Amino acid sequence: MAQFLFFLLAIVCIASVLGMIISKNQAYNALFLILAFACMGGFFALLDAPFIAVVQIIIYAGAIMILFIFVIMMINLREGLSPERKKWTLYFALGIAVVLIVELILTMKAAFSPLKSGGIEKIGSPTDIGRLLFTEYLYPFEITSILIIAALVGAIVLVKKRDKE
Amino acid sequence: MIPLSYFLILSAVLFVLGAVAFFVKRDLITMFMAVEVMLNAANLAFITFAKSASSIDGQIIVFFIITVAAAEAAVGLAIILLIFRQKKTIKSEDINLMKG
Repeated sequence: MAQFLFFLLAIVCIASVLGMIISKNQAYNALFLILAFACMGGFFALLDAPFIAVVQIIIYAGAIMILFIFVIMMINLREGLSPERKKWTLYFALGIAVVLIVELILTMKAAFSPLKSGGIEKIGSPTDIGRLLFTEYLYPFEITSILIIAALVGAIVLVKKRDKE
Repeated sequence: MIPLSYFLILSAVLFVLGAVAFFVKRDLITMFMAVEVMLNAANLAFITFAKSASSIDGQIIVFFIITVAAAEAAVGLAIILLIFRQKKTIKSEDINLMKG
């Protein structure tokens, strides 16, 4: 069952990222990406990380992609992006992709052999994550809140219409 | 039980697809989405190794990555909006302010 679920999610995920590469319409791209991120939440759930799976769906597939869709709506390009993309960039990208995937697989091969499925005990419950977040990772947690405030203020200041005239 | 190496290979494939999308696409928004795909591939690798080590620390790291990605998306999209207002385009070829 889990195996079937994994392959289904993997196919949908890779297909939607490929769809993002092929499609020219940015709104469709964002929708494809929401699908891919939802599949990613499924993978996290399969890997005993229910809390991260829920966070992935809510923050990534929800909040961040809504932000993307709002910006696409505001930009509203009348003329579609022209398709005069140069052919060699595609070949260049494919070459880089082949090199990169071989490199990544070779690097990960070293990690495959000691990679066992861990213990049976459940990890990743919200209680455990919360406890660790407020004890061992307290400083990163607080610094993250400062980062978010800075990003919030920065984004507002950047797009604010300046009324100097 | 699914072998954990499958998840790692999937994460590598997704990362490469994100890199390809970044090189092939020509509008800033889709390029930004490609960066998000690469971040997610890294998250998947983190969760896989957390599961392999039966440790929760990998999941905490992913939690932080998601938070930082949210902040990054807010600022990045604000910059894209600003570029669009000033240059009326979001094609990456037309943005050549720093070309000598």
